[in-house]
Amino acid sequence: MTVSLGHFLAVGAILFAISVVGIFLNRKNLIVLLMAIELMLLAVNMNFVAFSHFLGDMHGQVFVFFILTVAAAESAIGLAILVLLFRNKSSISVEELNTLKG
Amino acid sequence: MDYQTGFFYLFAAVLLYAGYRVITARNPVHAVLHLMLAFSQAAALWLLLRAEFLGITLVLVYLGAVMVLFLFVVMMLDINLDTVRQGFWKHFPVAALLGAFVAAELIAVLWAGFPTVTGNPGAVAADPGYSNTRELGVLLYTEYLYPIEVAAVILLVAMIAAIALTLRQRKDSKAINPNLQVHVRASDRLVVLPMNATQKAAPAAEAAAAQEGQKP
Repeated sequence: MTVSLGHFLAVGAILFAISVVGIFLNRKNLIVLLMAIELMLLAVNMNFVAFSHFLGDMHGQVFVFFILTVAAAESAIGLAILVLLFRNKSSISVEELNTLKG
Repeated sequence: MDYQTGFFYLFAAVLLYAGYRVITARNPVHAVLHLMLAFSQAAALWLLLRAEFLGITLVLVYLGAVMVLFLFVVMMLDINLDTVRQGFWKHFPVAALLGAFVAAELIAVLWAGFPTVTGNPGAVAADPGYSNTRELGVLLYTEYLYPIEVAAVILLVAMIAAIALTLRQRKDSKAINPNLQVHVRASDRLVVLPMNATQKAAPAAEAAAAQEGQKP
């Protein structure tokens, strides 16, 4: 029994579901939300790499490269906003982010 | 069952365990460390898929840079765990059910869609001159030249944005503004008064004489 494309896609799907659950459970903890988003991107990248390998197409890996770039930029800005938020509110609870509610 | 299958199950099990611990760990530092474990296992899985460049990039960029950034931020913040963890275990059964449902649906669709694709990994491995990094580089610098430049601009914008967001002026510091400092000219700081080297004694003597004349 050898590993097929479905195995890798299943791992990606389970990882994606885990991060969805993480976002559902940690709605108040902004830093765990960011980590769950990173896990989600990892799951998507896993699918891209698996397809790229089993279908013999390098373009999937190029796309993973760009996703990694954008994810790094996103986490840098997200963490900067998080630090700024903590400096102003002394808390990282998402529920206190209601200043723009009007 | 060959060794690749065994390694696949090992890496996948550790990856999923680490992912589970990321979302359930009470201490955010533990969550970050488990996220690092998850990324390293994913890199190992990508090595199994012969995507060497991306696997090494994941280790270097994510484990080396992004996760350390996360760790710094988590250690700098003083998080009140009781408020952010409120209602976690109360909602856990519903969330687990939801997650299992999502995973089952995704796997059902994907497994039914690509049931027998196993590819021919042996064909690539047989060529000793094959280099995944070279293939990726050729694609990136020919077909994807403009996208890679856009990616570079995105990184630059992210860097400037992160610095601009977190930089702050301290009110209690008495530092001097370097901009003013380098733009100062000599005439702003130093005034040369016209002054004779020697003074004439005559007016003083006359004045003294006049005073003496007035005194009697």
